[in-house]
Amino acid sequence: MFQIKKKETMAKGTIVRFDIDAPKIAKKLKPGQFVIIRVNETGERIPLTVADKDAFAGIITIIFQVVGKTTALMRSLNEGDFLLDVVGPLGKPAEVDNIGTVLMVGGGTGVAILHHVAKAFHEAGNYVIGIMGAKEKDMLILENEMIAICDDLVVTTDDGSYGERGFVTQPLEKYLNERHDIKLVYTIGPIIMMKNVVKLTKKFNVPTLVSLNPIMIDGTGMCGGCRVKVNNETKFCCVDGPDFDGYQVDFDELLKRNSMYLQDEKDSLLFSIK
Amino acid sequence: MLEQDIRYLKYKTYLSFYCPHCSNTFNVERAHEKSLIFNAKWKNEDLVLKLSPFLDVFDIKTSIEMPQDEVLDDLFCPHCKQSIIDPHVHCDECGSKVGKAIVSAYAKLIPFYFCLKNGCEWHGITKEDEKKIKLKIPRQLMPEQDQKLRVNNFQEVPYGYTTELAMLEAGRCLQCKKPKCVEGCPVNIDIPGFIELITQEKFTEAVHKIKETNVFPAICGRVCPQESQCEVLCILGRKDEPVAIGRLERFVADYERKMDLVEIPEIKKNTGKKIAVIGSGPGGLTVAADMRMLGYEVTIFEALHESGGVLTYGIPEFRLPKSIVQSEIDYLIKLGVRIELNHIIGNILTVDELLEHFDAVYIGVGAGLPWFMSLEGESLGNVFSANEYLTRMNLMKAYKFPEYDTPMPHGNHIAVIGGGNVAMDCARTAKRTGASEVTIVYRRSRHELPARTEEVHHAEEEGINFKLLTSPTRYIGTDSSIIKSIECIRMELGEPDASGRRRPIPIEGSNFIMDCDMAIVAIGNGPNPILFQSTPDLKLNKRGYIEVNPDTMETSKEFVYAGGDIVTGAATVILAMGAGRIAATAMHKKLTAIQEKAKKKVVPKKKSE
Repeated sequence: MFQIKKKETMAKGTIVRFDIDAPKIAKKLKPGQFVIIRVNETGERIPLTVADKDAFAGIITIIFQVVGKTTALMRSLNEGDFLLDVVGPLGKPAEVDNIGTVLMVGGGTGVAILHHVAKAFHEAGNYVIGIMGAKEKDMLILENEMIAICDDLVVTTDDGSYGERGFVTQPLEKYLNERHDIKLVYTIGPIIMMKNVVKLTKKFNVPTLVSLNPIMIDGTGMCGGCRVKVNNETKFCCVDGPDFDGYQVDFDELLKRNSMYLQDEKDSLLFSIK
Repeated sequence: MLEQDIRYLKYKTYLSFYCPHCSNTFNVERAHEKSLIFNAKWKNEDLVLKLSPFLDVFDIKTSIEMPQDEVLDDLFCPHCKQSIIDPHVHCDECGSKVGKAIVSAYAKLIPFYFCLKNGCEWHGITKEDEKKIKLKIPRQLMPEQDQKLRVNNFQEVPYGYTTELAMLEAGRCLQCKKPKCVEGCPVNIDIPGFIELITQEKFTEAVHKIKETNVFPAICGRVCPQESQCEVLCILGRKDEPVAIGRLERFVADYERKMDLVEIPEIKKNTGKKIAVIGSGPGGLTVAADMRMLGYEVTIFEALHESGGVLTYGIPEFRLPKSIVQSEIDYLIKLGVRIELNHIIGNILTVDELLEHFDAVYIGVGAGLPWFMSLEGESLGNVFSANEYLTRMNLMKAYKFPEYDTPMPHGNHIAVIGGGNVAMDCARTAKRTGASEVTIVYRRSRHELPARTEEVHHAEEEGINFKLLTSPTRYIGTDSSIIKSIECIRMELGEPDASGRRRPIPIEGSNFIMDCDMAIVAIGNGPNPILFQSTPDLKLNKRGYIEVNPDTMETSKEFVYAGGDIVTGAATVILAMGAGRIAATAMHKKLTAIQEKAKKKVVPKKKSE
């Protein structure tokens, strides 16, 4: 049993932050890694990338968007409540070295994970440029935290209610045009966003890492449900990833695979409402 | 008490009501046959009663002429000379006192008389006769759920033997002096020993006998491939069918559990040493049980949220009920074994870190990384690995969706690629989800199917189709990337390959399209890299599995042992248990030796406390 030490809702209640008491995981977890959570006995196992950790206090932080039954259930939990299972750390950590200038691009809830990895790049002594996007001003998360670790930060909103109007790709293109010292682009967010980021960086020939979040069950390489096609080879996101060379990922296939259970997800929600 | 036992007791009691008065009279026609002699009392006079043992007729007749309407006062055992008339039992027909000569489980074949007084076990026939009779008993079938009903539920298919059937089956065993069956068993269970105890109705003793070498008979009795291990070597099998060793093993284990007779054995004095076991599958559980009994503190680390490994996530409920796995695990917990769930060793703790806290480590993580064939369209929607499919259904209980949150993969025409036990499990599970057509696609012929005969038989009974000598070449999807058909190619068998099975060769131009809306790939599993990545000094063999010393199961790292699928590649539950046993013995030997050495030298322990 894992206790929720702190709960915070953001973005009009659609995004929730939990600080979870998981000392063993906190001790080992590195940026980019994820955990699998099962809320209760009848619950499903869902993968969630960790947004931060405090090894000393034994706390890991997860930030998730409420999209389906399990995340809705999680939102209904309060401080002091327990999660039945938290497994981790899973996946390979992001490879963080001092390489010079890195550009971090995040969208939506992806910013939560982006922040954790960006922090590591920052601490490793890199010049970190951040680009974070959201639908509108109210949906923006972790802006202050990003400001604290980025040497340069651009915020975009789709409707222009805050920061620059438009998608993350616009400032990205600008940076790629202006700066030629960018060694790496690291991106996480909606699949379609990552696909567009990669399209752009390919043009400028800047190495790009994408952090994927496909459907998973066990998260340990056992089920193969999280398989993604990378360089035409089948890879398991949970053990080979979640970070992959963005140039080689088949995003279209990933999009389709991730939408496989939409109907079931609805049925499941309907059942719980009944 | 079991319902089936109550029924049997009634049956037995009925048989035992031997009424010397009304049951029958002198049988003139067969008076010349060799008879059994009973002493009896009638009107205060001593009598001699002759009973002819018609070996194949149950309905025995007395061989003494008794006047009508007269009643015997007493009947004596010819062996111990004690009365076998029970004053409290009366004949239903005439109300007279009746004998308690019990007809044993051989009842259907011969009248097999037991005297029940003071442990007298005389049964009135010669050894020779007994052997003849035994050869006449056919192998007993296990009652099972009706094939039409069972495809609609997930309950276990076989019900198991009743005591009556078990004793009848056990009676078939010839009690060979040099039993071949024991040699065939990976853990060398004293098979004739436990079977003899069954014939004596000593079921608890029988299960204890098995547990001397196999901690989990309820599991092995269900999932072991007996037909290729012990039963294949049974002498009876040469002319007839072998003794159903697996079914008997299952029977005694179930008897012990259902009658609540499971006892916690005495654990040896605490050695003060600690053992870490990685993985709670059959091998890990065996090591844990063995080492705990020897007085070690044992902690099992399990990656998933439930223990049992493949027994829990892999083998379906209808073949191995999860309640049985759970009761075996509860037994371990009662022994004092600690189980840490949700611990992925390699990530949360490394093997080296474990060695800082434990005196020895056993790696029993299995082979859990599913293989794919790298075919076009393998990532389409509704194409699953067998592992994913079974994990969803068994571990996550997706068949109870939406009561359970994990969605159940559903299809109406389901293809299962592969011919092993896992493929059968997938196909039969799929059938139970309501699929109208489930087809096994296997590249060799029926003869080479790696699955157990029993499983293939069950699958056929349940209406699973078999497309043999067929192999998929690509998966074809709909516009929304859900599988709609498989392109297959016909195969023919060529020369035997390294595995000794005939190699399948594609017949060019024989491609055809098979429609389906779901496919499950069950072609095997390989080793999972997580543990190796954090333990680079663990020596692996060419196939990527852990290299061990086969005598001790010790790896290239001292105090680190490994066994089961992670050493051999995908194999059976019992082989994993066998490996666990070898490792436990070796571990104990090594750790004891170290302790003895330390005592002699009177030096402090090598490891920091």
